Amino acid sequence: MIRAGRRFLSSLPALFGVLVFTFLLMRVLPGDPAVFFASGPNAGKEEIEVIRKQMGLNKPVPEQLMLYLYDVGSGNLGRSMMTGQLVTKDLRERLPASLELTLTALLIALLSAVPLGVLAALRPGSIIDHGVRFFCALGVCVPTFVSGLLLIYVFYYLLGLAPDPTGRVDIFASLPPRQTGFLLIDFLLAGDFDGWWAAFRQLILPALSMALFVVAPLARITRASMLVSLGSDFVRTAHSLGLPWWQVVVTYALRNAILPVITIAGIVFSTMLGANVLVEKVFSWPGVASYALDALLSSDYAPVQGFVLLMATVFVIVNLLVDILYGVADPRVTIG
Amino acid sequence: MTSATLRHAGWILRGNPLTAVAAAGVFLLALIAIFGPWIVPYDPIVSNVSQALMPPSAAHIAGTDQLGRDVFSRLIVAARLDLAIAVSAVGISFAIGAVIGAICGYAGGRLDRGVGRFVDVVMAFPLFVLAMAMVAALGNRVENIVIATAIINLPFYIRFARAEVNVRRNVGWVEAARACGDSHLSVVLRFLLPNVLPAMAVQISLNLGWAILNAAGLSFIGLGVKPPTPEWGIMVAEGARFISTGKWWLVAFPGLALMLTVLCFNLLGDGVRDILDPRMRT
Amino acid sequence: MTKSLLALSDLHVTFSTRRGLVEAVRGVTLSLGEGEMLGLVGESGSGKSVTGFAITRLLDAAGRITAGDIRFRGQDITRISAGDFRHLHGAAMAMIFQNPRAALNPIRAVGDQIADAITAHKRMPRDEARAQALGLLRAVQIRDPEKRMAAYPHELSGGMCQRVMIAMAISCNPALLIADEPTTGLDVTTQKVVMDLLTGIAAERGMATILITHDLGLAARYCRRVVVMEQGRLVEEAEPKTLFRAPQHPYTRRLVAASPTASSRIADLVPEEERGRHAAMHVALKPQPAPGTPPLLEVQKLTKRFDQGAAAVANFSMTISTGESVGLVGESGSGKSTTSRIICRLIDPSEGEIAFEGQSIGHIPARDFHRSLFRKDIQIVFQDPNDSLNPRFTAFDCIAHPLLRLGGMRPGDALRQRVEECAQRVGLGIELLTRFPHQLSGGQKARVGIARAIACRPRLLVLDEPTAALDVSVQAVVLQLLDRLRREDDLAFLFVSHDLNVVRMMCDRTIVLQNGHIVEQGESRAMFDNPKTAYTRELVEAVPHIEPKLAATAS
Repeated sequence: MIRAGRRFLSSLPALFGVLVFTFLLMRVLPGDPAVFFASGPNAGKEEIEVIRKQMGLNKPVPEQLMLYLYDVGSGNLGRSMMTGQLVTKDLRERLPASLELTLTALLIALLSAVPLGVLAALRPGSIIDHGVRFFCALGVCVPTFVSGLLLIYVFYYLLGLAPDPTGRVDIFASLPPRQTGFLLIDFLLAGDFDGWWAAFRQLILPALSMALFVVAPLARITRASMLVSLGSDFVRTAHSLGLPWWQVVVTYALRNAILPVITIAGIVFSTMLGANVLVEKVFSWPGVASYALDALLSSDYAPVQGFVLLMATVFVIVNLLVDILYGVADPRVTIG
Repeated sequence: MTSATLRHAGWILRGNPLTAVAAAGVFLLALIAIFGPWIVPYDPIVSNVSQALMPPSAAHIAGTDQLGRDVFSRLIVAARLDLAIAVSAVGISFAIGAVIGAICGYAGGRLDRGVGRFVDVVMAFPLFVLAMAMVAALGNRVENIVIATAIINLPFYIRFARAEVNVRRNVGWVEAARACGDSHLSVVLRFLLPNVLPAMAVQISLNLGWAILNAAGLSFIGLGVKPPTPEWGIMVAEGARFISTGKWWLVAFPGLALMLTVLCFNLLGDGVRDILDPRMRT
Repeated sequence: MTKSLLALSDLHVTFSTRRGLVEAVRGVTLSLGEGEMLGLVGESGSGKSVTGFAITRLLDAAGRITAGDIRFRGQDITRISAGDFRHLHGAAMAMIFQNPRAALNPIRAVGDQIADAITAHKRMPRDEARAQALGLLRAVQIRDPEKRMAAYPHELSGGMCQRVMIAMAISCNPALLIADEPTTGLDVTTQKVVMDLLTGIAAERGMATILITHDLGLAARYCRRVVVMEQGRLVEEAEPKTLFRAPQHPYTRRLVAASPTASSRIADLVPEEERGRHAAMHVALKPQPAPGTPPLLEVQKLTKRFDQGAAAVANFSMTISTGESVGLVGESGSGKSTTSRIICRLIDPSEGEIAFEGQSIGHIPARDFHRSLFRKDIQIVFQDPNDSLNPRFTAFDCIAHPLLRLGGMRPGDALRQRVEECAQRVGLGIELLTRFPHQLSGGQKARVGIARAIACRPRLLVLDEPTAALDVSVQAVVLQLLDRLRREDDLAFLFVSHDLNVVRMMCDRTIVLQNGHIVEQGESRAMFDNPKTAYTRELVEAVPHIEPKLAATAS
């Protein structure tokens, strides 16, 4: 817990750095922010000047920064030109879609990577081992957007197994009452199993293409750390005392080998947050990343800024979770 | 030394012929990047609508795109830009990162802890998002893709150089060099960096692949490179519109080009690591 | 003789490496009676540990028994299946390993680990297993055993971890214990406690024990019978007394001579027939320094704190005169390495004064000392020859480096001559100068390190455990070399070591450090023969002596 607290504190400067970064993003960007908030590109000079004053753009930069920090602190991230809504509202609506996708992909990745890595490490040099290594080598080389598109080609165009790859649900389907924003959970809560199945079918391809990209690093680290731990002195000790095979593998080797996997899983999760941008674009997924991307391409910067801040916050929370998990799994970290 | 290293390299290559293949692949890529524009069968920019969206055939071995341009020619010509972006980005971040990392790793203390923690934090951040925001802030140009990619690569080099130097800073031969009259700076530059460079070479090779994927990802979402410039990421993006109607070659071939390039760099990196340090073999 | 428990006959073990097959054990025949304690002694590469691991079938995947058999209670255990062997592991034979902390699972409480070892062979409820584990912790004399049940290995000292390891090994009362260098890496006082405990328990429970060690003294002290291995073969088998009094095999003779004892002298370390041309040394009479000249080195009230913690070294004062050899002994954490690095001006003291030939050098920051005129006068030889040479420098480059930096020499014939002369002085063949460190043996690397240190003709040589990583036969040669160089150049030594027998031979005076403080100092032989403080006495008594009389008659 001490460690988690310290890590939380140490990530605060980074969070602050991101804040300053997004602030600069607003200032450095081509174009005058006041113009965005004016009635439009045709607004008169005076009108813009007035807005300038209102926004405090005529004040010195440090003071502007303070104002900006105050705004962020009070939850005001500005308004999106595209949707005409508050950025916070837009983000809140879209975040569950992104999280549902990312978490499902992470789950798929972990559930396949860890067993694969362990199997490969238990029989080094076997067919399984070579297969896993081959798969890992290929997996990191295929960009998510390419694998996503190829999955669409195979499962939608060729086999017809997957639904039209746009969005979270079929446009004609009715949505469940919004409880958590996670469709799979909301459909279950509403007792609508057909809806659940439909949402699941929409989710599986984007989740798979995202998972494919991260299975490789996870399996690779699992295999490597499992090999280290199987070759370690304490596993030899366990053998020398005649402990049953499963106990040596699970209680002694795997529990130790899983520690680096936890650390990597945190990094992998943040990679996936980034990959969201690509996958959401490919599958027209209505998440925060595609929202930010659309805004970016139409020079609507408040959503981009809000998105970067949101990612920073999610990432701080994820790191905290990883630290807590690690602390539970490894008794050594509570000391020192 | 050299003969022993060669013998060792031979031993590794015999056990792992993939490394030789990967090295050949990288060499071929370099050739394509240099001579690409002169060897292509068709002009990669000029459109020919009568030939639009043709599947692979003898005349167009990778088919044609929506404007009737030969996909294969575009793939070949794109290699130069993709490699140039990756190589220059990695070069910049390596040069800066190795020096900062080596100094931090050797100096230790508060500076090192500060930099180390900062790097850890930045590395855990969704770096692609960071690159995206940076390109947005700096302007939607190819140079900025290079800068953004270089910046998100930087923490890896700092961390790597720092770790490699740190494990050696109290090693006997470093102290011996000091006892023989070398200053701290000369120890870092003349003793530690040369010892760390081989390991860094591996990192460079692995990172080149990663940088290519990142740059392609950025141009896939419409940042950096503008059509009609041939570039693998943007070719996939253009082809994406036609995938639902079964025009697979527009996505598959640029995807394959990306994949093979990255694969070559990764395999080469792994292979070089095996040659340099057999203990790190996994 | 008691009933035979274990019999090896013509055992061969082969490892497949990248250089092809390597035979590590080449025909070992050996037997062990029930309850007997056998010492298996050899230097690195002798195959002693491999023999132990072959018996317990814990060889690396690359190692295979290629010939011979191992009979345990009459049954050839090389032929039984892995599943059946599991029932022998722990229950019939158990092992104790060299690095106790690494041998325990770092993320499992030690009580649970002992309970695991028990339930591996006996069906019982977890509570009962834990109760038995507690009993075992008591048996290995761990203080506060109830509390220690929940401790993790990193919370225990190395000695404590080894006791836990012993508790696990004896948990199912095996008939055979194999202890592979059980105390290597532990401090000498801890070593004695752990060995006493281990032999006590083995005797009490009637367990036959094989003690695998590189330390002839240790084996002689605790075992009735000692076998000596060299390059995969048994060369001699005898009672310790016989072994020391009348070693038969030439290798054993060399080994016995090279093992420093309380009474050995430098000259005795290498048997007469193998002494080189340097052996006949002329001890030049030292001219007494004129009265009033300052000592070569004078250190006053040195203190070093790291990060505001407790002082690593406190209030340390000493002097060394020209040509004098001073020993600095202490256990790990005593501050001896820190002190030696401060004196060598590689790190800065927090407080205190250092004067070299009367001139203060303590105020020059270590960062700038490389420009000082005294840099070439104070040189250092490092502990581990493996990491004291730059892997990218040839032996020639290593020795030339100080000459270029401090000796003001330029690359050329003069430099080549000087380097070759240095190599000759340390007995390093000139043909080896073009080699890189990984192409040299441990002893050769040690010689390169020494040649580098003496290249600029320093006045004071700091030796930081210069032979701790070497086999005893190599150590013997290196110690002789150092002693000769000292006499030839009238060098002063600051000899840092944990090995009292070595210091006693090499040093005129010795300083004993404990927790950064000087406990005792004085003329070496007198102090060790008659220690004034309890700590020094404890240190002296913990050293596994071969009976001095025995050793005397042997030499």
